Amino acid sequence: MKTILNEQQLAITIQRLSNQLFENHLDLKDTVLIGIQPRGIYFSDRIVKELGKQIESKKIHYGKLDITFYRDDVRQGLHTLNQTDIPFSIENKNVVLIDDVLYTGRTIRAALDALLGFGRPAKVELCVLIDRRFSRQLPIQPDYVGKAIDSIISQKVKVFWKEKDGKEEVMLIE
Amino acid sequence: MQLSTKHLLGIKSLTTSDIQLILDTATQFKEVLQRPIKKVPTLRDVTIVNLFFENSTRTRISFELAEKRLSADTINFTASASSVSKGESLLDTVNNILSMKVDMVVMRHSASGAPHFLAQHIPASIVNAGDGINEHPTQALLDAFSIREKLGSLSGKKVAIIGDIMHSRVALSNIYLLKKMGAEVMVAGPPTLIPVFIKEAFDVQVEYNLKKALEWCDVANVLRIQLERQNQVLFSSLREYSQAYGVNKNLLDSLSKEIVIMHPGPINRGVELSSDAADSKQSIILQQVENGVAVRMAVLYLLAGGKAENN
Repeated sequence: MKTILNEQQLAITIQRLSNQLFENHLDLKDTVLIGIQPRGIYFSDRIVKELGKQIESKKIHYGKLDITFYRDDVRQGLHTLNQTDIPFSIENKNVVLIDDVLYTGRTIRAALDALLGFGRPAKVELCVLIDRRFSRQLPIQPDYVGKAIDSIISQKVKVFWKEKDGKEEVMLIE
Repeated sequence: MQLSTKHLLGIKSLTTSDIQLILDTATQFKEVLQRPIKKVPTLRDVTIVNLFFENSTRTRISFELAEKRLSADTINFTASASSVSKGESLLDTVNNILSMKVDMVVMRHSASGAPHFLAQHIPASIVNAGDGINEHPTQALLDAFSIREKLGSLSGKKVAIIGDIMHSRVALSNIYLLKKMGAEVMVAGPPTLIPVFIKEAFDVQVEYNLKKALEWCDVANVLRIQLERQNQVLFSSLREYSQAYGVNKNLLDSLSKEIVIMHPGPINRGVELSSDAADSKQSIILQQVENGVAVRMAVLYLLAGGKAENN
């Protein structure tokens, strides 16, 4: 067990990522932030809260996406369904997909397919808290990275959030 | 996170967790139906045959839409235009279709127990779309979903099922489901249309007075009076039936509270339900139809998903 980010580092990272988003998109008028269920939501909630300090919250277009129907391992077992809530059009918008850990890239591939059901975005970017680099099984790369780490298949990255687990920490578990 | 059964033959064989799972899954599918592109690719490797030996427009279209929205391949079979009219047996018909590698069968048949018979003889998953006077499980599920959507939950709610209880598979499936989910159930109608021992058999209340039934309930599920039965001397005339047991707006307004009106369709306007009641804001009949597709998508998804382990 190794701590990748402790509470303080996690907070600073989230601050930096939201500043990077703000820097690239400025007024977020044509930008849409989409958190990926189930675990990306805790992270995307934080990003949106942080952005809310710079921009009026109601001007931020924030949605949640569940990708279960688009998984490529659908016949290997049923996964719990979570809520998808995208109450606006993504047609011609800049979409930022937000997830906590980027590993093989299959979740993001599924998310891209799922987005097709909502319209044609102008652009799609990816923001992740942890990038398990060199572990990709598909050609997918993030645009905003909290921290890039090296890991092997037997290891697992676990992100702990105060609301869910009572503490704030990112750990690498054997 | 899977159903306890390989088929959906009836509510009788479902556990309460099964029912909960189906209703929760249907909520997610209802959201899919609001998207610009109302399709998910989940069942694209599945072929489903809709085997309807009895006439149906509503249920068949609803199932077909559900299948197509899940990207499944669908085949429709209507008994009249097939070799059944040449005397082919049920098992032969189905086995012929199955040799063409069909994964699931959605069946409606006039014989009670037909899907159960089939389930013992073929490997595919079977969904009962109505068998004789036995069950119509997806109707009960969509009814329950609609009640839950309108009133928040099923537990403790008072549901009155009104009309031809004796010949209604919709009534039976509803009774099973509502009892399992903790609702209170009453059947109401003329004594000739209510089975004699239903109170003891299913622990439901029986009421022959319509107004008392409506006064008691939170939800009234009004069943279609089957016009074919008119000449079986079960009630004197349609007009007398509608006078004593027809639900209309005046009657609804005279109650001490506003109740929810449901009907599985098709409505005989002016007989069991008047137009002003059917089209009122208390009626969730159209929502029932909308929810039907979402519920059927949930059922097909849950039956097709996961490892196909054959018992």
